[in-house]
Amino acid sequence: MRASPGGRAALAEFRANLKAAPRRLYESAFRSGAPTTDRSRSTFVFGNVFLHLHAVRTHRWSLRWTTTLGLGVMSASAFLITLVTGVMLMFYYKPSPDLAYQSIKDIHFVVPTGRLIRNIHRWAANVMVVAVILHMARAFYTSAYRSPREYNWLIGLLLLVVTLGLSFTGYLLPWDQLAYWAITIGANIAQSPRELTDALGVTGLFDPGGFQRLLLLGSDVVGQEALIRFYLLHVMILPLALAALAAVHFWRIRKDGGLTRPADADARLAREPAADTYPVFTEAPLRTYHLAAVVRGRTPAVNDGPEHTLPSMPHLFYAELGVLMLTLLVCVALALVSDAPLKELANPSVPENPAKAPWYFLGLQEMVAFSAFMGGMGIPLIVLLGLALIPFLDRETSATGEWWGGPGGWPLVKRSALVGLAAPVAIEAFAIRFGWLREWFPAIPQLVVTAVNPATLLTAAYAAYSVWCIRRHQSARAGALALFTCFLGGFVVLTAIGTYFRGPNWVFYWSPADWPTH
Amino acid sequence: MTVTPKPSRSRLDAEPVSRRDWLGLTSLGVTAGALLFGLVGLLRLPKAAVLSSPSKKFRVALPEGLPAGEAFVPPGRAVAVFRDARGVHAISITCTHLGCLVKPTAAGFECPCHGSRFAADGSVTKGPAPRPLPWLKVSVSGSEVTIDEGTAVASGTKEV
Ligand code: HEM
Ligand code: FES
Repeated sequence: MRASPGGRAALAEFRANLKAAPRRLYESAFRSGAPTTDRSRSTFVFGNVFLHLHAVRTHRWSLRWTTTLGLGVMSASAFLITLVTGVMLMFYYKPSPDLAYQSIKDIHFVVPTGRLIRNIHRWAANVMVVAVILHMARAFYTSAYRSPREYNWLIGLLLLVVTLGLSFTGYLLPWDQLAYWAITIGANIAQSPRELTDALGVTGLFDPGGFQRLLLLGSDVVGQEALIRFYLLHVMILPLALAALAAVHFWRIRKDGGLTRPADADARLAREPAADTYPVFTEAPLRTYHLAAVVRGRTPAVNDGPEHTLPSMPHLFYAELGVLMLTLLVCVALALVSDAPLKELANPSVPENPAKAPWYFLGLQEMVAFSAFMGGMGIPLIVLLGLALIPFLDRETSATGEWWGGPGGWPLVKRSALVGLAAPVAIEAFAIRFGWLREWFPAIPQLVVTAVNPATLLTAAYAAYSVWCIRRHQSARAGALALFTCFLGGFVVLTAIGTYFRGPNWVFYWSPADWPTH
Repeated sequence: MTVTPKPSRSRLDAEPVSRRDWLGLTSLGVTAGALLFGLVGLLRLPKAAVLSSPSKKFRVALPEGLPAGEAFVPPGRAVAVFRDARGVHAISITCTHLGCLVKPTAAGFECPCHGSRFAADGSVTKGPAPRPLPWLKVSVSGSEVTIDEGTAVASGTKEV
């Protein structure tokens, strides 16, 4: 058949379209082209559903590394790393008591790169816990929780709880001795309100403890039901919750006007960014954000020129990418030098001795060794409540955004750190040397031990010291600084004792070398 | 019917709830109520009607020459069984603190997890355990003993 001239033209067009298809595909995905102008750098951010959690421009104060130390982004990076490695582990992990242990062994010894992936997952989880705690401390010590950021502080607290929950649920999955007995203890801590209800004789009528344990384990014992519940929480429910909360957390930063900065931040920054900073906004109008008229609250730069902001692309994004790479480097390096532990197969007839939870729970375990309810539930709840109340009790406005709350803050923090570290050392030394109530008065009622033990006394001492600080400095902020610092100190001391100085039977030893061999 | 023009308001002012919105608000409320009702029903899901835990009652033969006052722990069970001239009794060896298994010793019991100690009758002598170790119901027929881990009896109850 002879091709007609019209047919040839259609064919040529077809060929041209085919040739242009890759470019058109690219253009349909990335509409604004390379971020090379102020305009395309802006669309780069707000044209992308993920990036637009950020503002288009970032204040220069937020970009100083002393503002955040990169800790929030480090928490998020560690979470991403656990997410990716976790999905890879799921290819081989089998959540059943008969198979779980063997499947972890396979991952560790048989699967190519399995051990590395498992190690990175374990280390990234640890890095995440450390980063989240430090990030909370930095938000606290720069008063970043103050109005209008109270809500984001609370979202942050939920993120902390979910992070710890992820660690706790992950700990059971290998189904080794460590896992089994740590979860047995954890589930019984959930049951510990019985310590109160039993002492009051109302457990038959009202048993929140038993209910919590049943909810967690799905049975009377740590078995298949418990494993599948922990697995579901660990790979699905908690990661989804964390991702959703993190999205709110990030969005809120933007809606709260960017990161906290001192009121006079603009004056303290050099008038212009350093000469080698490139690019800066050149074409930006003096009044940006036309929507500012209908958005309530303090939005960024409603009345300011944009001179103290830089385009988020590239300045903020490259910084974030840098922190991500650093976190990855740390996790991989740790994973290469140190293997994730795996003990013997879980044996319900022989408790691991000593049975230790992950390190960040050992401070709790130390308190639990005095009273299950107070150490495991009462005091943690009081601490969480105290943290949640901070932004509503400290309504001061001076020195917001300054490290340590401005002049006078640092000496107070140092003094509080001393109290925070010394008090638990003293009280523990006393209890280790002389024992506690039950040894002196064997018939003492349980309620007295629950109410009066080293952990509750320590909490009371911290509270008293903080109230004293409020009176002495005539400032709620001083009290908050004192209390937060004390709790960090207590956390460090109790965690260290639980980790390094407790051996078999939870007896005090100066060093693991002194542990009796069994 | 005449329509009186409303005074013009700014677009940023809140609108008053009109009568027409009453329907909308009611249906929203009903929807929320229905969803909540369904959810409360679903909340029963995590608690199975029958738990998958192993049976609490079991039978075991005591070793022939079990010395008086010495503990016999049946394999795989969290119970210590004793026999002396006055009869047989069983004490749970699940620590009342946080559920570790206590070890029978000459003086009583010892918990490896947080150092609780119990006397031979199960009462707490040291450490964080809030309650004594419970005595369990036993019934003896010949050399066989049936133990019910689910039923506690008064301390000191022995069976022959
Ligand atoms: C998974 C856990 C968390 C992630 C991934 C996360 C992430 C972030 C990121 C990326 C920022 C931006 C500033 C920065 O990088 O430091 C931020 C800010 C903030 N975070 Fe978090 N965070 C977490 C947990 C927490 C916790 C536990 C708290 C406190 C209880 C908290 C309170 C805040 C506050 C108040 C800000 C605003 C800081 C400011 O305005 O200067 N966050 N978070
Ligand atoms: S479980 Fe026995 S002392 Fe804690």
